[in-house]
Amino acid sequence: MSNGQKMNGHAGANGSERGGRQRERLVVIGNGMAGMRTLEELLEIAPDLYDITVFGDEPWGNYNRILLSPVLAGEKRPDEIVLNDRDWYADRGIRLEAGPDKRVVRIERGRRVVIAADGTEAPYDRLLIATGSRPILLPLPGRELDGILTFRDMADVEAMQAAARTYERAVVIGGGLLGLEAAAGLQANGMDVTVVHLMDRLMERQLDGPAAAMLKRAIEARGISVLLEAETEALLGNAEGRVRAVRLKGGREVPADLVVMAVGIRPDTELAQAAGLHCDRGIVVDDTMLTFDPRIHAVGECVSHRGRSYGLVAPLFEQAKVAANHLARAAWASYRGSVTATKLKVSGVDLYSAGEFSAADGAEEIVVQDSGAGVYKKIVLENGRIRGCVLYGETVDGAWYFDLMRSGTDVSDMRRQLVFGQAHLGDSGKGGVNVADMADEMEVCGCNGVCKGDIVHAITEKNLFTLDDVRAHTKASSSCGSCTGLVEQILASVLGGDYSEAPKEKPLCACTDYPHDVVRRTILEQELKTIPDVMAFLEWRNPDGCATCRPALNYYLLCAWPGEYVDDAQSRFINERAHGNIQKDGTYSVVPRMWGGLTNPRELRAIADVAEKYAVREVKVTGGQRIDLFGLRKEDLPAVWRDLARAGFVSGHAYGKALRTVKTCVGSEWCRFGTQNSTALGVALERLTWGSWMPHKFKMAVSGCPRNCAEATIKDFGVVCVDSGFELHVGGNGGVKVRVTDLLAKVETEAEVLEYSAAFIQLYREEAHYLERTAPWVERVGLAHIKARIVEDAASRKALYDRFLHSQTFAQKDPWAERAARPAEREGRTPGDEFAPLALDLA
Amino acid sequence: MTDKTQDWIDIAPLDAVPRLGARVVRREGRPDIAIFRTRDDRIFALEDRCPHRGGPLSQGIVHDCRVTCPLHNWVLELDTGRAVAPDEGTVRRFRVRVAKGVIQLARADLVDGNGAGETGCDAEAGLERCA
Repeated sequence: MSNGQKMNGHAGANGSERGGRQRERLVVIGNGMAGMRTLEELLEIAPDLYDITVFGDEPWGNYNRILLSPVLAGEKRPDEIVLNDRDWYADRGIRLEAGPDKRVVRIERGRRVVIAADGTEAPYDRLLIATGSRPILLPLPGRELDGILTFRDMADVEAMQAAARTYERAVVIGGGLLGLEAAAGLQANGMDVTVVHLMDRLMERQLDGPAAAMLKRAIEARGISVLLEAETEALLGNAEGRVRAVRLKGGREVPADLVVMAVGIRPDTELAQAAGLHCDRGIVVDDTMLTFDPRIHAVGECVSHRGRSYGLVAPLFEQAKVAANHLARAAWASYRGSVTATKLKVSGVDLYSAGEFSAADGAEEIVVQDSGAGVYKKIVLENGRIRGCVLYGETVDGAWYFDLMRSGTDVSDMRRQLVFGQAHLGDSGKGGVNVADMADEMEVCGCNGVCKGDIVHAITEKNLFTLDDVRAHTKASSSCGSCTGLVEQILASVLGGDYSEAPKEKPLCACTDYPHDVVRRTILEQELKTIPDVMAFLEWRNPDGCATCRPALNYYLLCAWPGEYVDDAQSRFINERAHGNIQKDGTYSVVPRMWGGLTNPRELRAIADVAEKYAVREVKVTGGQRIDLFGLRKEDLPAVWRDLARAGFVSGHAYGKALRTVKTCVGSEWCRFGTQNSTALGVALERLTWGSWMPHKFKMAVSGCPRNCAEATIKDFGVVCVDSGFELHVGGNGGVKVRVTDLLAKVETEAEVLEYSAAFIQLYREEAHYLERTAPWVERVGLAHIKARIVEDAASRKALYDRFLHSQTFAQKDPWAERAARPAEREGRTPGDEFAPLALDLA
Repeated sequence: MTDKTQDWIDIAPLDAVPRLGARVVRREGRPDIAIFRTRDDRIFALEDRCPHRGGPLSQGIVHDCRVTCPLHNWVLELDTGRAVAPDEGTVRRFRVRVAKGVIQLARADLVDGNGAGETGCDAEAGLERCA
């Protein structure tokens, strides 16, 4: 894995050449977003490894190139898009050689130096090429005239703005993303603009015919002329040597005082090629971003990785992370390519495109077109998974589709609602909001009270590019996650271009690169039986892990090795350690279990006694048909449990990633509509499953008839009794995002209900990711998979059922009773553990 | 201050605090103090109030030289008392040591109620730093 690194370490005669120098020299060619992001990542993990020199041919620090369009349109000032000002380099001891005369003209790989236009030389031990791309200049007659520009950098923007002050008519050659943004920007500067495009539709690489036609109408409605299938033949000049018109094939002349060529970019490989580095379309790199010279890495638009070049920001940042990882000699990261999405940054035009936009063999299309309302949506599906989408006029769900696409989610079960968006699947009232229409004061994240303005401000002020960045800085979308789509939209609308991540499984946490499934599989295959063993085997980066991975690993081990694994209390959230729910003031709430929601006067009396004895501040009936006692001090908890245990109660696990409640209706015992004894069945289910630890909380319900008074169809596992038997429903959720259950099966006997429920729980326990509720799990793996394991394969169901029963023999130990049985508790002494505060005697 | 033995106040045996765990020292009329123990038996003491929304840090998960607040997952450095970026905030530190297997807090920090403060040299203040 790190062969390349080792090879470099002792290469050649540099041992003597390096002499007494302490640090290796890293030279970066290209002062743009990819190069500087690599440096930022590198300095984060290895701040002292290199003496760093950066060459850039623009006279300023690094700026956010994807925001040039808003600068051109006058919506932003140039200083607002600076990412790294000159102080940034100075503060980090980085030598910055910036300006046209500092353009690197040669790399001498033999001597290992780079040479700038003014003769400045910089020797290197490691070289990073991040030269980006160049706009394509069409080889047209007249291209040397004044007034011919490209749209690539700050100088171009300044030149366009200057031209707009003097001249009136502009022609933009190229009707792609960049050309349209240039056209809109020039028009905003008061020019008459004509877009000349070679193809028969605008943005042909992102849009299909109908969407492109709608875009053309919208562009024309703004007063910009669009000429399609128009090939520019020559640029015509006036007596002063300035452009005066564009001549098209066929002879037509379009008057122009300014011509912007925006027909595309090509990776800037000139330097690399001259230095003899292998290039195809771009500089060829491997999955570690290494070129064919083991001392030279390359990142960004200039590279060709697995035959692809990228011009959007997110892929470049992923590459930067990988390159930094190898420059820092960590040498474990690899880049495997990116899936990209595009959003046009022309205000007033709402357009989103990702992945494939036309159906190839075996693919299908879902299309909605409403020309009157200016809405067009197309989703391309293949084998039940999204391959791409084009959205025009209503792009709210772009991020959602993109997410489903990246994660490879099976969308077969929702395809009838798919095109209408996430809101139609239920989304806590946040669906259907267009972020562009949102006022800055509108709340986006209801959990953390974060408004749209806060997020926009953080994105622009703190230069954020990813969802994780926004979560870290603003807390938006970091709690319940229901606003994630909105936050992603805001990112898209502020940044325009792509901000997403590679189509890889997410690592479990920042301590590792392995996703949940790999960790779970490895625990079983390697028979890892303690948290330190897992961390050592999978080379965890932090020796103790973190608050995200430790509880996950504790659960995975508990699930994998029932009866054998020793639960690690310090790796559990406080709620599971204290068998109560921590409240915002640091007190706890306690919920005794009420089987199937049934209780009696003796139990209620005991609860009342406890509430009075320990000065419970509030008593509340929960949604799960039991009673919650609020405001208990931690040091009183063991005594509270003892008193409740003596009255026959066990813990309700209302605090845990565990079986919570089984909600029931009164059923055939009392109800004139009841078909079965739903209450007794609910009690039996709860007796079977209580105490079981799960990836997340797990709720059940049993309704005695299809009127469904126990709301069984929004539970993780719901039973609806009918005259002929029992319907079993799974994967429901009444929380953040309401999801109605899927029908798993219909069975005839109560014994089958119990077996199916236990098998379903065990499959969920064994396959879901920690903190993944059944609803997203069912959506991720698909109902078909679950049916195959539980309904269609009786042997598999039986095996799951047996494994569940086996693990329950260890899990069904009431933590309250265990605690109450300790001598200290029995005798009412102060506990000697974390439940008691330590004394402080200042006397 | 002249009597060395009185400069430090016994709190509890080291084993009263589990590895990668914490205990609370309750003070009348003053904020509680959280005592943390790392995997390698280093001990740190911080005011038991997260600078974010006042969550009890003593109830969080301890990892390496940090604790994650149980309320909203802020991460605080045990040695500096500072929130890990991008969160911003500092919690008061207290000088703490283990002598003959007993955890002790510095009397001066408890008497003036201000802890060891955020300024000055950590070594002079008797505060341990993580590597």
